[in-house]
Amino acid sequence: MTSKRPKSIRRRRLPVVEPEARPRLGLRQLGIDTTDWDYVVALAGNPNTGKSTVFNALTGLRQHVGNWPGKTVARAEGGFEFEGDKYKLVDLPGTYSLLSASTDEEIARDFILFGRPDCTIIVADATVLERNLNLALQILEITDKAVICLNLMDEARRKGIRVNHKSLARDLGVPVVPTVARTGHGMDDLLRAAAGVASGGIRTQPHRISARGEAARSVDELARLLESAYPTLPNSRWVAMRLLEGDRRVEEAVRDGELADLVEEQSRAPEPAAHH
Amino acid sequence: MATRTATTPDRILERAEQLRRGRDLAFRDQIVESIYADAQAIAERAVRRGKPAGPTWDERLDRVLTSRLWGFPIMLLGLAAIFWITIVGANYPSRALAFLFFEVEEFAAGLFASLGAPWWLTGFVWHGVYRGLAWVVSVMLPPMAIFFPTFTILENLGYLPRVAFNMDWLFKKVGAHGKQALTMSMGFGCNAAGVIACRVIDSPRERLIAILTNNFVPCNGRFPTLIMLATIFVAAAFPPALASFAAAGAVVGVVLIGVFFTLLVSWVLSRSVLKGEASSFTLELPPYRRPNIGQILYTSIIDRTLFVLWRAILMAAPAGGAIWLLSNISVGGDSLTGWVSGFLDPLGRAIGLDGVILLAYIIAIPANEIVVPTIIMAYLGAGMMLELDSLTELQALLVGQQGWTLLTAVSLMLFSLLHNPCSTTIWTMYKETGSKKWTALGALMPLAIAFVVCFAVAQTARAVL
Repeated sequence: MTSKRPKSIRRRRLPVVEPEARPRLGLRQLGIDTTDWDYVVALAGNPNTGKSTVFNALTGLRQHVGNWPGKTVARAEGGFEFEGDKYKLVDLPGTYSLLSASTDEEIARDFILFGRPDCTIIVADATVLERNLNLALQILEITDKAVICLNLMDEARRKGIRVNHKSLARDLGVPVVPTVARTGHGMDDLLRAAAGVASGGIRTQPHRISARGEAARSVDELARLLESAYPTLPNSRWVAMRLLEGDRRVEEAVRDGELADLVEEQSRAPEPAAHH
Repeated sequence: MATRTATTPDRILERAEQLRRGRDLAFRDQIVESIYADAQAIAERAVRRGKPAGPTWDERLDRVLTSRLWGFPIMLLGLAAIFWITIVGANYPSRALAFLFFEVEEFAAGLFASLGAPWWLTGFVWHGVYRGLAWVVSVMLPPMAIFFPTFTILENLGYLPRVAFNMDWLFKKVGAHGKQALTMSMGFGCNAAGVIACRVIDSPRERLIAILTNNFVPCNGRFPTLIMLATIFVAAAFPPALASFAAAGAVVGVVLIGVFFTLLVSWVLSRSVLKGEASSFTLELPPYRRPNIGQILYTSIIDRTLFVLWRAILMAAPAGGAIWLLSNISVGGDSLTGWVSGFLDPLGRAIGLDGVILLAYIIAIPANEIVVPTIIMAYLGAGMMLELDSLTELQALLVGQQGWTLLTAVSLMLFSLLHNPCSTTIWTMYKETGSKKWTALGALMPLAIAFVVCFAVAQTARAVL
């Protein structure tokens, strides 16, 4: 079988400008103009969380809609500019988890794992937080570069549900931004958080799933093995879990060296130190 | 031991295999449990619920719209209301448009003649191609311009997921996926779009069932045919005060027959070539949303009405030309239309139709929208000139001159509902399944069903009456 890894994302960096010297442009929607960009941001979340509303709010109504390579699943892309940096936004299929082998979940998972976006915005429905956290926790196992967009805050308020986003941010270890995407409320804060995570200005310390039972021991052992082989692998525990579940795609990535390539690329990638 | 060679990928995989041996399901459960437990703990810390304020208005509304008792009646009434508004509202603009277009035709044909153009050029351009176009626009545009925005409002309100919720158990019972209720609803707009929508179904088996049966709900290309037939034939059998309601009821009846065949064929498929159990899925009822008028107008007018109309025009122009040629080229004393329809006539009569109707269906394979215009052009092309500026005159042509009966209308409605999908849908099926075999089944199975059903209805009706 030939390896069909997605073309990895290369950054085109603008000349270094001190943050204070940057013109404060705020959000500028770029629609389908995604020709060159400084950062790639993925948009993940459960279905019906207002993910498309967030996507539209950020990119404008003109979008580039194609298919995921080799799949019959629609893929929307758009761009926006924020404080002088250009961002490409990729809308991932809405899923409830990343555990099953459905096409949608595979696409979302592969993009976050192999596409290595600079930031993943996880849109969560504030009215049914627990169910949405299942997906968020799984994403946080794969990448530390994530922001939670706690959407539909108005609906939650209407239903008498109050979500303490600070407690949530403390527990999850990544920025949590309450929003009402329909009215655009909170989108500025969301952009600032996503930009911070993408540039490395905001350091995250994502929650790790505390495995239980005998799985815990096996995960630990395998994770240690992985770390000794790939010292810079950021998600060794997640890879270990996938291997223990017999995930073919991840096994393949380990076998044919795709995982090693990712680690390599990451350690070589220029530190975005210019921003702080 | 510890100083052995560096950890290689193979070594890692081997160890994973050892640890996993025979317990990957247990691991999987434990890991899923861990995720859920963490999610629950974190959510509990972050979420404070205010005093339970009782059910909100949308919860109350959902209780009615998706109730066992009221769910279906409300759905049917809503559908009937949409058809009724369409039938009543489309009548006048349709008449006005037709009048306008045929004035133009007469004027232009006269102009051509006075400029000394040969009769066949005038005939081909104005009585062939132009008349085909005029028919399509005047018959289809008004109902579409009313039907689509109304339907889009329901979509925008968030009603369609409730429809899926109501019908979920039916589809599960026949071994198909509950989401097929959604893809079926999409088919009302356009079967090709409905077939693409089947992507939301993950299981390949259930996806195929949904793709193969999507054709059994009438798309908007076929609605005008159904609405027109219901208006002329069914409504005519009722007193004027009830006519429009009877027509709307007839269209609802046709839709129900379509749903019935969707379920029946799904059931047969899931018991035969596509055997398997229905998989479960989570269907969320999204909140009701305030419809966005600008977006509704855009989607329904630009994306749907004009898209469908444009496609119909592209198809109708050559079809109009073809039918004019067929009607005006004579071989051995009869026109080609006469020969072909004469050849098809026995088959057509057997299923309650006639040869011309079958010929029209063959010409209309590229787009179902032009079936009725083609039938009329074929009837008219045979010599007599008639101005069709209203449904009354159409009725005079079909009933008075061509001997259509209620049986013809019913058979035609059934045939239109069940017959093979248009070429765009067939092509979409091929792209989505990637298989010639399934595409062929998807195209030929409905055609066979249409013949069988129409034959049965025609023979029964003739035996009884």
